[in-house]
Amino acid sequence: MAKLENRSALESYRNGLLAEQESRKKKLISLCAGSGCGAYGTAKVYDALVQELAKHGLQKEVTVKLSGCHGFCEKGPILVIHPQGIFYPQIKEDHIPDIVEKTIKNGELVQSLVYKDPATKEKITHEKDISFYKLQQRVIFGNNGAIDPTSIEDYIAVGGYQALEKALFDMTPEEIIDQVKKSGLRGRGGGGFPTGIKWETCHKHNGDKYVICNADEGDPGAYMDRSLLEGNPHLVLEGMIIGAVAIESNEGYVYVRHEYPLAVKNLSIALRRAEELGFLGKNILGSGFDLNIHISRGGGAFVCGESTALMASLEGMPGRPRAKYIHTVEKGFRNNPSNLNNVETWANVPVIIDKGADWYAAIGTERSKGTKIFSLVGKVTNTGLVEVPMGTTLRTIIYDIGGGIPNKKKFKAVQTGGPSGGCIPEQFLNLGVDFDELTKVGSIMGSGGMIVMDQDTCMVDVARYFLDFLKEESCGQCNPCREGITAMLDILTDICQGNGKEGDIELLEDLGMMIQKFSLCGLGTSAPNPVLTTILYFRDEYEAHIKDKKCPSGVCKPLFHYEIDEEACTGCTLCAKRCPEEAITGEKKKPHHLNLEKCIKCGICYDACKFDAVRIQ
Amino acid sequence: MDIDWKKIDDIADAYHNDRESLLMIMQDISDIYNYVPPEVIPVLVEKLGINPSLVYSVATFYKTISLEPRGKYIVSVCTGTACHVRGAEKIMDALEDRLHVKESQTTEDRLFTLEAVRCVGCCASGPVITVNQNTHGGLNRSSVVKVIDEYEKQHVS
Repeated sequence: MAKLENRSALESYRNGLLAEQESRKKKLISLCAGSGCGAYGTAKVYDALVQELAKHGLQKEVTVKLSGCHGFCEKGPILVIHPQGIFYPQIKEDHIPDIVEKTIKNGELVQSLVYKDPATKEKITHEKDISFYKLQQRVIFGNNGAIDPTSIEDYIAVGGYQALEKALFDMTPEEIIDQVKKSGLRGRGGGGFPTGIKWETCHKHNGDKYVICNADEGDPGAYMDRSLLEGNPHLVLEGMIIGAVAIESNEGYVYVRHEYPLAVKNLSIALRRAEELGFLGKNILGSGFDLNIHISRGGGAFVCGESTALMASLEGMPGRPRAKYIHTVEKGFRNNPSNLNNVETWANVPVIIDKGADWYAAIGTERSKGTKIFSLVGKVTNTGLVEVPMGTTLRTIIYDIGGGIPNKKKFKAVQTGGPSGGCIPEQFLNLGVDFDELTKVGSIMGSGGMIVMDQDTCMVDVARYFLDFLKEESCGQCNPCREGITAMLDILTDICQGNGKEGDIELLEDLGMMIQKFSLCGLGTSAPNPVLTTILYFRDEYEAHIKDKKCPSGVCKPLFHYEIDEEACTGCTLCAKRCPEEAITGEKKKPHHLNLEKCIKCGICYDACKFDAVRIQ
Repeated sequence: MDIDWKKIDDIADAYHNDRESLLMIMQDISDIYNYVPPEVIPVLVEKLGINPSLVYSVATFYKTISLEPRGKYIVSVCTGTACHVRGAEKIMDALEDRLHVKESQTTEDRLFTLEAVRCVGCCASGPVITVNQNTHGGLNRSSVVKVIDEYEKQHVS
């Protein structure tokens, strides 16, 4: 395919693609090749599927598409058969012969593979009817499951690069910036800074300007950027190109984690194809505008998500942040005006330009517009990526979409905002999630991680966990962060080991306030949040650890032991069979006994018991 | 350690010996040897025209780079928040028992290096481990041991 030299060439190319799709009208099997499904074995399923279709001579009639992430990662690998939209979750290679024989050849359902709603036990055939998807509004994420991320043709056929065309030929840079400002889009990487204002400031400054995409998704528990880059890389690129047109920049970088090899691969293919078709390079679509975009691979340092640290890393240095007396939109990468936005922010741009700021601003709440993708994970039934309008309540996300807490356990908290965020307790479940509401309860939106915790999660341990993470990730330049976090971690470790003292909680609060006030960058100023919010909402757990030397959730090993409740025990012998230390003895159908001297507190018996007879004491 | 100097040259050349690409050059070298052999540092200093201190500083700042030899298979246990609340610690315990090494150590036969990593971005499938570039999800104490058995078998055969 030769370069598209002008806008009418793009339009006729798109029409050609659509006509070709229409004429084929073949059966299409879309198999999710995102990282979540990949971890459950998509590659083997794909091989089996291709072989089985060939065996039946169906390889020409049926197209198999390796698509981007569908979001319902808990149920991977996911397979959807079009045009009917039949949804088969958790597919293994030995399911394939049945699927080809029954569904593909005879149009019948394989009943044993149909999705069953865990709450209602009702069988649901189509992806769109499943409660996990039904309540979502997938403005950004919607095309992920429909396109092959390595095919620019697929992206163009669903309307891709239409917004770029509009931005290049129908709008001035000022008009683009004005639309982004009016849309109310705020940065999706954590801070929530208004994107349009950032662009406007960068546009005002002179020099060799840069557009940069922050794909250094280091926030543990969040993976929407990974799924977007892997599943729909052209959407992110299109956003960046529009941004470059708006601020008048001719060079861009995507800073992506080396730990995301599939994202790097799909993005490289996307860049190459976009150049070949003339969406990047010199004289884009004949408009006279030039832009090159490069990939830079990060090296696993959480602090590089901070803008100045990221730019230092791009320059080939260790990623240490600097004080931001002068903002990066004025002096950033190579000391030039640099406009940095997160992956999801860039992905919102084509939608805003295509459908208009008014359409976009109608979604969401007064000060937080549009949708947000959350990574709903942890102790929740339906884990995966969820895209909902801003303002959707935590209850809707966790219970209606997420299906609540599995194994009849009780909800304890939801952690948002990663290591910079906080733990939100049950009393705020009706909170509508947006930038400001989350800040009000002491947490932050962050990049959209939402880790659900149940009764078996110890909040002191969670606070210790985050500080342990941050201690490792602190770049070490400034004292408050380097020494302060270490001091807080030492206190928390003591508490978790049963060596907590009266006054520790107050000392943690004092230290926390000091670190918040005096650290150099955002990593430090937000580092105490997980500790301070857990003290605020779960002070009783801290007190139980310090005063009673007990861990009520059964996580901190020195502070609890297991016991078998003789009345509840039915003598099913399951725990005794599973115990790796042979610490459990007893006769069949008679109450069992746990030898505490042999017990290593691994928790296998606790997880195995179906009668709640193993108790935490 | 036998180093293929031609390959090292090719890698640096592919990045036009650009000092801004130092980290990526080291990552590519690491993809071949599973670590950055310290012998290559003087060569990088020369080719990129930078100070040795910068190479050491970058190599020790970023977690994807190791200056110590590592095993053929790098087993990384995800300790991201989602995996943590679903029992990543138990997975680490099981692996330490199975491989007879502690975190950040390499087995005597140089087959496996056990590491802890922060979030590999497969949060819905936790607990997760990666072995080189392959991801294995939905693990528990016994299934993770089977994953290791598979790699050991592959190596023998």
